Amino acid sequence: MLLIGLEALGASITRTLDRLGLAARFSWGVVSVAGICLVRFSLLVREMYFSGVKSLAIISVSGLFVGMVLAVQGYEVLQRFGSAESLGSLVALSLVRELGPVVSALLFAGRASSAVTAEIGLMRATEQLAAMDMMAVNPLARIVAPRFMAAVVSLPLLAVIFSSAGVLGAYLVGVQLIGIDDGAFWSQMQASVDFRVDVLNGLIKSVVFGVAVGLISVFEGYHAAPTAEGVSSATTRTVVTSSLSVLVLDFVLTVSMFRGLS
Amino acid sequence: MSVATTDAMTDTMIELSNVRFGYSERVILDGLNLKVPRGQILAVMGGSGSGKTSLLGLLGGRNHAWSGEVRVAGQNVSSLNRAGLYGLRRQLGMLFQFGALFTDLTVFDNVAFPYREQTDLPEPVIRDLVLMKLEAVGLRGAAQLMPSELSGGMSRRVALARAIALDPTLMMYDEPFTGLDPISVGIIGRLIERLNQTFGMTSIIVTHDLNETLRIADRVVIISEGKVYRDMKPQEVRESQDPFIRQFADGLPDGPVPFHYPSPAYADQLIGEA
Ligand SMILES: Nc1ncnc2c1ncn2[C@@H]1O[C@H](COP(=O)(O)OP(=O)(O)OP(=O)(O)O)[C@@H](O)[C@H]1O
Ligand SMILES: [Mg+2]
Repeated sequence: MLLIGLEALGASITRTLDRLGLAARFSWGVVSVAGICLVRFSLLVREMYFSGVKSLAIISVSGLFVGMVLAVQGYEVLQRFGSAESLGSLVALSLVRELGPVVSALLFAGRASSAVTAEIGLMRATEQLAAMDMMAVNPLARIVAPRFMAAVVSLPLLAVIFSSAGVLGAYLVGVQLIGIDDGAFWSQMQASVDFRVDVLNGLIKSVVFGVAVGLISVFEGYHAAPTAEGVSSATTRTVVTSSLSVLVLDFVLTVSMFRGLS
Repeated sequence: MSVATTDAMTDTMIELSNVRFGYSERVILDGLNLKVPRGQILAVMGGSGSGKTSLLGLLGGRNHAWSGEVRVAGQNVSSLNRAGLYGLRRQLGMLFQFGALFTDLTVFDNVAFPYREQTDLPEPVIRDLVLMKLEAVGLRGAAQLMPSELSGGMSRRVALARAIALDPTLMMYDEPFTGLDPISVGIIGRLIERLNQTFGMTSIIVTHDLNETLRIADRVVIISEGKVYRDMKPQEVRESQDPFIRQFADGLPDGPVPFHYPSPAYADQLIGEA
């Protein structure tokens, strides 16, 4: 009984390592041909349209609502300590440091990456990638790399938009609705948000999330079993793995970025 | 090096010697020998799962022989690196069993794809070339349709137009006639013939359609149990009394070529279940 358990454990570890090795080799393959996006910029632009531009609506609406909720909750707590004017800085710091990069990456994984996985998986299942390869066109460069790079470039931009929409939402609720002083709201925000510590670190997070989410989505698509179930389970795996990776990476990055600060 | 040059100058397009190939544990081709001169139309026949598609994969460098040698256009396919392989593939055309058109591109853009990726031709020239290829398969009028709007036979013809875009020296057809109406079969058959005559193209046709094949092929090879089982002229196929060949010619479901995938004895399995 024990032996069987050990065997199964061993097998699953081998499988996991096998897949990690495959992922590492694949990632290297993608990154090494990603230069095509500079040579043929239009390939990247097309994917940025499908992944980035089409995510604009969900990102900005979500940002707006997250900002509004932050304002309500933040005000409730802050006014107990008589510092309701700090609302601007609370909201901006939460958004720029954490919520902007993290929530936009989660939304991006659900909205855009899943679609990329499904698309690449279907192209593989219908032998489109094989046909391309037979025409001496490298599918890693022509199909995979632009979709990966689109995530890396789009995600930081989307995070910025998310945070801006959030600040706007907090302004609407905090200043217009609740009636916090307009000048205090903005000046507090301006005084507390540091460009290097907050904005730049937030952007770095987004880029890292973009790399992770982008690689996961193309990897799962490219290695999906060539069947309907294969593609659908790959799509699910993309969303689950991406979300978990984003949250784990966020913890690691946050600890290393903000540990020595206070 | 010297071998490559001599081979390129001789008239051999394809040479497989003692090739062994399979997937994971299962051996599919074993001890396969085949030599195809330039300009020949070769038909490859064999039961379902006998390894015909795998054979085309070997020629195009998509599959790698476990042992033995695969030479195409004088080059040893398994010794090529990626750049070398892509260099070779620019001379090859392949028609996939299900067309494999790019579903996000129109018919026109599908056929234009090889020109745009592999050449620096200006767009007006590409346009003319694409329309010529589409005209050749009778689908110039469908240029602006999406692949999802095509019937199976039309997809196959568009895929053919795309495959011949760069005038390959070797064309590989994986079941080009399957699922086509008799008229399209005739169109594609004549097209294969004409490409062969006008450009001196070598063609390998994997097919089950004996009638059309016997009409256009110079030579018929039957694969069975991983080897070339018979190698003959179309006329010999027509006249052959070999039960194996008659099974193909007459479309008999069971004969020397098993209809069943290898399986345990039927009765044993049914009883074993209970
Ligand atoms: N990618 C693969 N992985 C594992 N086994 C495979 C793979 N492709 C094909 N096979 C197996 O190899 C055998 C030969 O396949 P192949 O596609 O070459 O046959 P075929 O002669 O083209 O058959 P058909 O006439 O039905 O198209 C089949 O039994 C199939 O099960
Ligand atoms: Mg086949």
